[in-house]
Amino acid sequence: MKFGVVVFPGSNCDDDAHYAIGGVLHQPVEFLWHRTEDLGGCDAIILPGGFAYGDYLRTGALARFSPVMKSVEKFARRGGLVLGICNGFQILCEAGLLPGALIRNTGLRFLCQQVHVRVESVRTPFTLAASRGQILKMPIAHIGGSYFCDESTLADLERHDQIIFRYTTPDGRDDAAGNPNGSLANIAGLCNRERNVMGLMPHPERAVETALGSADGLVIFRSMVESLVQRIAVPA
Amino acid sequence: MIATEAKVTAAVAAEHGLTADEYSRILKILGRDPSITELGIFSVMWSEHCSYKSSKVHLKRLPTRGAQVLQGPGENAGVVDIGDGLCAVFKIESHNHPSFVEAFQGAATGVGGILRDIFTMGARPIAVLDSLRFGSIAPGKDAGNATAEEIARNRRLVDGVVRGIGFYGNCFGVPTVGGEVVFEPCYSNNPLVNALALGIAKRDELFFAKARGAGNPVIYAGAKTGRDGIHGASLLASAEFSEESQQKRPNVQVGDPFMEKLLLEACLEAMRTGAVVAIQDMGAAGLTSSSSEMASRGGMGIEIELARVPQRETGMTPYEMMLSESQERMLLVAERGREAEVFRVFTKWGLDAVEIGRVTDDGMLRILHHGKITAEIPAHAIAEEGPVYQRPLAPPATRGEDSRRIEFASSGVDLTNNFKKLLASPTIASKQWIIGQYDHQVRTNTRVNPGAGDAAVLRLKESRRGLALSTDGNGRWCWLNPRLGAMHAVAEAARNVACSGARPAAATNCLNFGNPEKPEVMWQFSEAIDGIAEACKVLGVPITGGNVSFYNETLGKPIYPTPVLGVLGILDDAANALGLAFRNKGDAIVLLDGADDAASARSLETLSREFSSSEYAKTIHGIVAGAPPDIDLAAEKRLQDCLVALAADRAVESAHDLSDGGLAVAIAESAFGSEDFTARIALDSFAPAEYALFGESGARAIVTAKVTSLARVMEIAAKYSVGARRIGEVARGDLRIEINGVVYASAAVSALREIWATALEKALQAS
Repeated sequence: MKFGVVVFPGSNCDDDAHYAIGGVLHQPVEFLWHRTEDLGGCDAIILPGGFAYGDYLRTGALARFSPVMKSVEKFARRGGLVLGICNGFQILCEAGLLPGALIRNTGLRFLCQQVHVRVESVRTPFTLAASRGQILKMPIAHIGGSYFCDESTLADLERHDQIIFRYTTPDGRDDAAGNPNGSLANIAGLCNRERNVMGLMPHPERAVETALGSADGLVIFRSMVESLVQRIAVPA
Repeated sequence: MIATEAKVTAAVAAEHGLTADEYSRILKILGRDPSITELGIFSVMWSEHCSYKSSKVHLKRLPTRGAQVLQGPGENAGVVDIGDGLCAVFKIESHNHPSFVEAFQGAATGVGGILRDIFTMGARPIAVLDSLRFGSIAPGKDAGNATAEEIARNRRLVDGVVRGIGFYGNCFGVPTVGGEVVFEPCYSNNPLVNALALGIAKRDELFFAKARGAGNPVIYAGAKTGRDGIHGASLLASAEFSEESQQKRPNVQVGDPFMEKLLLEACLEAMRTGAVVAIQDMGAAGLTSSSSEMASRGGMGIEIELARVPQRETGMTPYEMMLSESQERMLLVAERGREAEVFRVFTKWGLDAVEIGRVTDDGMLRILHHGKITAEIPAHAIAEEGPVYQRPLAPPATRGEDSRRIEFASSGVDLTNNFKKLLASPTIASKQWIIGQYDHQVRTNTRVNPGAGDAAVLRLKESRRGLALSTDGNGRWCWLNPRLGAMHAVAEAARNVACSGARPAAATNCLNFGNPEKPEVMWQFSEAIDGIAEACKVLGVPITGGNVSFYNETLGKPIYPTPVLGVLGILDDAANALGLAFRNKGDAIVLLDGADDAASARSLETLSREFSSSEYAKTIHGIVAGAPPDIDLAAEKRLQDCLVALAADRAVESAHDLSDGGLAVAIAESAFGSEDFTARIALDSFAPAEYALFGESGARAIVTAKVTSLARVMEIAAKYSVGARRIGEVARGDLRIEINGVVYASAAVSALREIWATALEKALQAS
């Protein structure tokens, strides 16, 4: 089993994702340069946070055209696990691997703070080790993380149980006070219909050690490991 | 043969800010008239900003050596050995004038500049701190006579500076982990934006800016050269402001943090090839300073063909190219024959890297444009033989000081309302609104978040050790007494680091002053240097670098003399880092005092004189007078050693020093930092209640300890001859402080927190 962390020019949470997988979870992990189309036999791909290509045009708008993304798209269509964190989530939306878009935060300011999200579905390879309704404390750090989609897309997302994380208050209430950026329906993370591609704005890789404030993000990476172990044991 | 684009005369030299003496010195060095390009080169390199001509003679008095100091002042940044084969590379720099002229870009490029100084040395930046000072953002007793227009502009400046810092650091991917934000009327037309960056490197992988090896290629890498920032160092940073200063906007550089991130990765990767001999960033004075300084430090010459320089505009003259301060550029010397390895790395990162010249052994900086020599000057003369001034010093005849003294309230008068006003003052209020706009967690090393401790603490993934950093300054105190005020700045920064559990190891300083041609300003500077030197010696924190920012005046009115100290501390075990928040109900609150309550021995008049310089006197009474508290550096040292020992022993749960707003504010901040704890304090005091609550004398801190650890705390304090008094306990409910059995401050902690937490945002967003 091997994780791959994509490095775009301007990725800046690549080292952190690598450390969370390799340094904390002790799982094999390598970097994948944006110019390569070879995913090196990785079983799960992480698109990390940062400002790919500077994000001067529109977040993720250029990254989707990089050689590595061609392979990531193919990999995803074949059922491979792809996790997009923050800028990685934005790129997945731009690439059409996830529905909807991420627009500027309502306050139009960059926000770096701890937030709480509720696990809405455990029927994904990213949350199977969590329990439904579990509250996770993880940090956000973005200026363009307000999730938006049209009504019919939202209805689809709800119908197919694709909303995986919702912003909430620390005690689990759906309340505007828990939603930091104005995301539609308090959406913090979602997956595709096939459930093998997930994006979220909070940074689970920054929440893997209690000494740094929270280890709640570990459950996402542990879920991925568990799911990969199952896949390898029983090939689909 | 020198190509002359324009005839240079003494008058042209004067327009470049060069004095008649300086110009004749140039004529003597060259033995002929300079070309316009040469004049430009001299004018920037001999500017105050680049040459330190007014400060040099004084800076020599600073202690710069220590067992752990691997590199003191003179390189791109200071280097400290932190053990385990690692070293910390750090430095603070000002970007004051650009930030006033164009707040967003000025602040952004300030961050960019200091980051380049760090990775130029081969270190990966792991943290940034920003020490910011603005004019008043709300009317009030402490706002002086600021007009509504001024207040509105100050608010815009805060917004622009904060956005600029966030824009650059967040995108580059370095956490902004601390700093300070202070408001005083004197900074209204001259805000201070001082940025500190810290990086770490393996001890044996450091790089220096010394050109070596005649014939080695000189490589230009990074962003293309444009016309932005021309004369940034000489005209913006080395002159006072007038009403026309806004016209200097074209002199402000424009930052591209994405480009800088690529440059960082490419430089570190190129360094790992082993083909890089020397490297220096193009900061102030761009191509001119990087080439002449690298050549001079290595005792070599450098020859450059400007036609090869990547340019983003057409028709640029040699003068413009040499003086451009376009950002995100580096100059490297590579080993001849291995340049392809360097080019390969920069190509991988999509950056320009071009051989523009070579190292020579004739000691000359030779600038060619399409084969024609446009400048030819001994590199050493440009970099090291600039003028040095022993400028006249004179203590100000009248300090224009408020002759009033604070009159202490009668015994028994409730002080809760004044306490609330103090918590709402922008300098004391929570900075969360600002901190939240900075990514303070990227790179996942931030062990103590901004605001959660007296110093920012970073764990290191490569070692058990941790690094702590704090920046501090007190312009008001330095104005009242520059020597004493400067000592307090050093003491407070070191104390903050010690409160986090780290042993203060080294310092960097940013010296913000007015016009050095004024004897009073130069006197303030000289006094402050003496104060810093003395405090650094006693507290064991040598100065490893920094910068001097003069000419912080607008319309002839200087700022308060404001030395800002950044102190770096080392924790042997990052897990021992302490925050300031109360942690458990029932914990004992202990007041540590290195001087063991010297206040009891002082007269009421002395206390009033001291208290008149406090944040309380300014905020509540509009009084800025008297003198800063006396300082006992030996007591400071005892206290700091004691704090470090307490943390290493894991005897205490939290630690917080007493500074702005004194004991009452420190207690409140520790309560606010926790979930919903508060404190019940009861102490005896000979001094008036206001002084006991809000007095700011140094060498004090509060720590909390489990009751079972109390004896151990007392034992350690006694070992360091530090006074330790149990003054209360961590509780729930109202925050209450009583003195000599009388309650002077009492309120629901939630109400106090609300005031403190929202005051800054309210002040900034009021219209």
